[in-house]
Amino acid sequence: MEIKIVKNILEANEVIASQSRTLFTEKGIYVLNLMGSPGAGKTTLLEKTIEHLKDKNHIAVIEGDIATSRDAERIAHHAIPAVQINTGGACHLDGNMVRGALKEFNLNQIDLLIVENVGNLVCPAEFNIGENDKAMIISVTEGDDKPKKYPLMFQVSTVLLLNKIDLLPYLDFDMDRFQGDALKVNPKLKIMAISCTTGEGLDTWFKWIEERAKPKR
Amino acid sequence: MHEFGIAQSLLEIVEQEALSYKGAKVTRVTLQIGRLSGVMPDSLRFAFEALRTGGVAEESCLEIEEIPLRIKCNQCGKTSTLKDPFLICPYCEDIDVEIIAGRELEIRNMEIEDGN
Repeated sequence: MEIKIVKNILEANEVIASQSRTLFTEKGIYVLNLMGSPGAGKTTLLEKTIEHLKDKNHIAVIEGDIATSRDAERIAHHAIPAVQINTGGACHLDGNMVRGALKEFNLNQIDLLIVENVGNLVCPAEFNIGENDKAMIISVTEGDDKPKKYPLMFQVSTVLLLNKIDLLPYLDFDMDRFQGDALKVNPKLKIMAISCTTGEGLDTWFKWIEERAKPKR
Repeated sequence: MHEFGIAQSLLEIVEQEALSYKGAKVTRVTLQIGRLSGVMPDSLRFAFEALRTGGVAEESCLEIEEIPLRIKCNQCGKTSTLKDPFLICPYCEDIDVEIIAGRELEIRNMEIEDGN
């Protein structure tokens, strides 16, 4: 006997993510899912963003890592609430893990929640966590061929931050090819070339996020 | 990379469905996996076979239909199948396109053998 089912295998995750999304909307919280490879500069970008916004916004951070609480400790130095999720081997955060971490915050006092996903260019792209936008960060040292090799993350992201551009003089990185391929994979992608070391390009990023995370008073 | 988690969710759905048919054995499960889903069929199959042991799907056959990436162009109206994951209409080169297939990660149906 054949039984028709037609069910998204990730449906359980989608249900949780959409519940979280409703909660975030009710509470007036803008949620950003920050993704990228290990070492691309996710935590450093986060620290720069916090320093820039913390007088205006009430920020909270969820840090996803396979192990250690090093990133949450880095963030906690900036005197904002930060929770570490250790996935214990899993290569991405999912809706349920993020929902579990929300208990640690007073959601009435937050207007911007940034979730730093596990360092990985593949899996985080598939799991919604209830975010408003996904942003990905990639560094020039990773090579200009990544959009074509890892298309899904480029396709689901609203913003692409190309980091470490201060290193361009030392690398064989073809900017036109990279940007061209990224826009072919996702023509609506907003690309920002930045350097967290020199601060170049960060103003564009700050402005983008300021337009979305409305301060709660 | 996370095919084990996906195989786990898949088995949960299959076992849930099989509950309505007491003593039934699942003989076949059919999936659709889109080219853009990021899931490797071989790896999913490996995970499924490792995790189904002892459950209702222990002796089932997993059929995976791979779905190519297809887009529809909002400018010229043509649909096309793409080899590269570039979302550009091959006819008119416009970027105003919609993905109509290729993101699937779905269970389509399953076959069971009655326990009686």
